[in-house]
Amino acid sequence: MNMLRRHWPWILAFVILLAIPFLFYDWSKGRHSGFVLTLMSEIGVMAIFALSYNMLMGQAGLLSFGHAVLLGMGAYCAAHVVLLVKAGTIWLPTELVPLAGGLGGLFFGFVFGWLVTKQRATAFAMITMGLGELVSAAALMFMGFFGGEGGIPVDRVMNTSLVGVSYSSPWQVYCLVLVWAFVAAVLMKLQTQTPLGSMANATRDNFERAQFVGYDPRMVRLYQFALSGFFAGIGGGLYVMIYEIVTFDTVSAAKSANALLAVYIGGAGGFFGPILGTIVVVLLQSGVSLLSNAWLLYVGILFIVMVMYAPGGLIGLLFMHMPIWRAGRMRELLLPYARAFPPALIVLLGFVFLVELTSFTTIGAAQGKKFSIGGNVIDTTAPMPWVIALAMLVLGALWLRREARGFRERWDDVMDGIKRQGAMS
Amino acid sequence: MSGDITHVPAIELRDVCKRFGRTEIIRGVNLSIPRGERHAIIGPNGAGKTTLFNLISGRFPISSGSITVDGRSTADLAPQEINRLGLSRSFQITSIFPRMTVFENIRCGLLWSQGYRYSFWHLLGRQKALNEAADQLLERLKLSDRRNLQAGLLSYAEQRALEIGITIAGGAEIILLDEPTAGMSHSETDSAVALIRRVSEGKTLIMVEHDMSVVFGLADRITVLVYGEVIASDQPAAIRGNAAVQEAYLGTVAA
Repeated sequence: MNMLRRHWPWILAFVILLAIPFLFYDWSKGRHSGFVLTLMSEIGVMAIFALSYNMLMGQAGLLSFGHAVLLGMGAYCAAHVVLLVKAGTIWLPTELVPLAGGLGGLFFGFVFGWLVTKQRATAFAMITMGLGELVSAAALMFMGFFGGEGGIPVDRVMNTSLVGVSYSSPWQVYCLVLVWAFVAAVLMKLQTQTPLGSMANATRDNFERAQFVGYDPRMVRLYQFALSGFFAGIGGGLYVMIYEIVTFDTVSAAKSANALLAVYIGGAGGFFGPILGTIVVVLLQSGVSLLSNAWLLYVGILFIVMVMYAPGGLIGLLFMHMPIWRAGRMRELLLPYARAFPPALIVLLGFVFLVELTSFTTIGAAQGKKFSIGGNVIDTTAPMPWVIALAMLVLGALWLRREARGFRERWDDVMDGIKRQGAMS
Repeated sequence: MSGDITHVPAIELRDVCKRFGRTEIIRGVNLSIPRGERHAIIGPNGAGKTTLFNLISGRFPISSGSITVDGRSTADLAPQEINRLGLSRSFQITSIFPRMTVFENIRCGLLWSQGYRYSFWHLLGRQKALNEAADQLLERLKLSDRRNLQAGLLSYAEQRALEIGITIAGGAEIILLDEPTAGMSHSETDSAVALIRRVSEGKTLIMVEHDMSVVFGLADRITVLVYGEVIASDQPAAIRGNAAVQEAYLGTVAA
């Protein structure tokens, strides 16, 4: 009962995530949507990956450009374990394949960590980048372990399940991902409250001071890096279960960038920031990429906007509202928000319109695609659409600026009021 | 054997030299500080007082000579290893963990000495003795009402108190304080001195300090450092009457 009262948000989140696929359930055919399940499984894996990245970035202040190496090595290890189980060499329950990935990640976390954690700050970032390139190159050279360009294909149906599940359907795999994602997230959350987790914060804030309270910052970084590798490796193991193949792009710089994008967009400050960021990035990647050739551009723009205007990320924006929420004065912000919404939407639409027009004159034309909105084909060579798009962008921006000023005044008013109240009580 | 150990000085420096490039900052310092002594190091700006601290605490390696802590040479020890011998230091420029809470700052100072090392299996929230010790220290520092505030948001004097708190949290027997009252108002200085007196009870205290009332109020013995050399090391009364010291340091301040 006590468990329930204290941990209800986790339990609620679990139930909701378990229920979401049923919103897309095809009742006439009695089938889950494969797309939605794969998308949500991807979010699960990438959320673990982003959280493990934040163990370095948020907790220890270590900016890594090669974090995918740990995910990828975990995935390769898990894939080989699956192959060994299939060959009958070893026995392992299917449910524990992600753990095999985790142990692989832990091992390589120690090995690579030994190398990279000798340095911190910029030097650390540079070494991790070099390491990422090195492992990417190695993945194409050492055929035995990495399988070259073809990667290592596996069959996830191992018939060694502890609960009698075959894992032949995406739904079963999604459930496995969900359970492991929760286990990993809970463990990572708990890790922030351990001596090591606390000293990771301390070395981030002031590594020299950490030395003078008896800690070797290098060892703190190493253990933190290795543990981060463990969790990234669990993500890698799940990756194998979802896609049934590991290729060298699991260790690539692009994969590493994904974690960085998710953490920055979601926010490194709060524990849940990277999860938010992952949801946004994966939806842009897998959802918007179906609709638009320019999806990567949207990710890039979002990243730049967040770094420039909201360095605390989405979670930082949410936290900013906390004092107002606690004071029960959110209502006063409703109107300013409502007023800022239409111009913001117009700016967004104008921008998207412009980007799409451009992308359809270049890539789209080459692919023989036509730009259409609601069935109406738009002629990208005519001037009119361009004028409309530009007008929306410019006029919307001007309007938004005016509303933003009013919004800021209102915001400052409310904040001042709360501060005065706080000072009086 | 135990009788022997008490005769081993807490800190002993023999012919310690420190050069940065061709500039000699510390020029053959000999200094022996017995256990339980409150020792002040004074001297004009640029005399090398902070450098001396950096050498003793292992922040910089010495160029020549030897330093022993409790009879143990620190030549090949990293700062954290010297700390684990029971020597703890504070910094002239406040050095805390600014993004952690005040309570967490103190707890970080306690962790190693309480044997937690790099544990990732203990949940800090459940370590009753540890948390109580941290809270007790906050009480002594008069920072209890700031417990859950981010340390970076504390006032200057509060940050200085926290700095001392982190330094003494681990229960070190030898405490080095680098200008603990620098930049404080009179009343802040008074409470800082009271704090230092309390926390250094029965321990070896070495401090660099510019405020002469603090120095003469606290120290059992005073060492005067001028241009990297010890020109006098004696009891406060003797230092006050020392002509060379008057000329080199006190005279210019008093004048």
